[in-house]
Amino acid sequence: MWRDALLVAGKDLRIEARSKVAVNQIAPFSLVVLLLFAFALDPDRGFLQQATPGLFWIAVLLSSLVVVQRSFALEAADAGRDALRLTGLDPAGVFLGKAAASFVVLALLEVGLGLGVRVMYGTALTGWPVLLVAALAATAGLAAAGTIYGALSAGLHVRETLLPLLFLPVVAPVMIGGTRAFAAALDGSPSEGWRWCGLLVTFAVAYLALGMLLFETLLEDS
Amino acid sequence: MTSTVGAVTKRTTGSHGTAAPGLASGRRATGSAFTRVLGVACLALLGLQLALALFISPPEVLQGDAVRLFYLHVPLAIAGGYLGVGLLAVGSIGYLWKRTPFWDLLAASAGELALLFTALTLLTGALWGRPVWGTYWEWDPRLTLTAVLFLLLVGYRAMRTATIDPGLRARRSAVIGLLAAADVPLIRLSVDWWRGLHQTATLNPLNPDLDGMMLFTFFFSMVTFTAVFFWLLIHRFRLAWLDEQVAGASLQEAIAERRAEGDQGP
Repeated sequence: MWRDALLVAGKDLRIEARSKVAVNQIAPFSLVVLLLFAFALDPDRGFLQQATPGLFWIAVLLSSLVVVQRSFALEAADAGRDALRLTGLDPAGVFLGKAAASFVVLALLEVGLGLGVRVMYGTALTGWPVLLVAALAATAGLAAAGTIYGALSAGLHVRETLLPLLFLPVVAPVMIGGTRAFAAALDGSPSEGWRWCGLLVTFAVAYLALGMLLFETLLEDS
Repeated sequence: MTSTVGAVTKRTTGSHGTAAPGLASGRRATGSAFTRVLGVACLALLGLQLALALFISPPEVLQGDAVRLFYLHVPLAIAGGYLGVGLLAVGSIGYLWKRTPFWDLLAASAGELALLFTALTLLTGALWGRPVWGTYWEWDPRLTLTAVLFLLLVGYRAMRTATIDPGLRARRSAVIGLLAAADVPLIRLSVDWWRGLHQTATLNPLNPDLDGMMLFTFFFSMVTFTAVFFWLLIHRFRLAWLDEQVAGASLQEAIAERRAEGDQGP
């Protein structure tokens, strides 16, 4: 299973490295989102600094939608989905591999977004341990849930419109937990943030386990 | 309200029945002796419920007559949130385990009713909140949870209409139903903590030393709406079952027709 996961993750990341879609399109998209927030909220009054945790995670959520769509668009071309089934790889391994690849892409995006809010919003990033743990746990949860819902909407005529409707309400705990943990860290009260990190870890573990259990059912589809 | 729903159910099945002459012997309506008795019982319960909630039970000390919405709002929330979502989860797990249409259609019917009841919960909650809290919407944990639950159920329903392949629809819907139910405790925890951090006062409309008549009316309303829920569920399930049979029968018919054309051809 772990070897299969590594193979699938390696494949997805190699495609990403060669096609450079993440660098050329998804990363700029997330910066556009940061820019839009500055247009929506008056940059002179400190709203951006106050709202940084929420804005950061909304930008991550919107980018994760694009990342998940990209991850399953790879399989849609040239009947990659059928090929994946024919390889005989363990479905749980395929799930972990695709989730791991999305995790890496999302984590890199978050580094970029973190730099973005530091530079463009002027937010001082404090409380590093909480920020780091919360970001890693939330990203694992988003990658796991995103991979499940990506597979659920893959191959349907309405996949582009169905995915956001299914995915965004489900990750409400990640949005709330990530935002609160970041707010606690930036306020200088990290002890409050650890509780939220616990919630984020629970979410990630739950969705990783559910994905490993259910992915076989989802790969059955034509 | 119930009689209208009943009429719609009947009419829909009627048109399906006539539209599918290929549907072999078997039931063509969703009513049976049991559901007719249950339906009449529901009507009687609703009549008594109206009398109890609107006239017999006293107005509350602080809320006045607005408290009467309580006997509608809370049973709807419990029937939709617990019964509806619970049966959606049971049906989804049952399908993933047994892979029979029964479980799929049970989940579909329960999911649809849960959506209806949750929507009515939000609506009656807003109407109740306006006079009591002075606002239609309050970012209270329970309200937020209900709103997210509503969106999850909308998503479930969207999945059910996203494809006509019955096997694909059943598998993917079952996974979504299971995941949605599994997500509810996590959402509940997150919204509780989120609002718990700076909540001014718990807005609990249920006074601990509630008047005896009010308590009786509340329990009566629970019985009424649970009965109405199951009555609707049985009809919805049978309608879904007939729908599946019609779809299968018309497909068989079309195949038979094409075969007949082939036989007659040159």
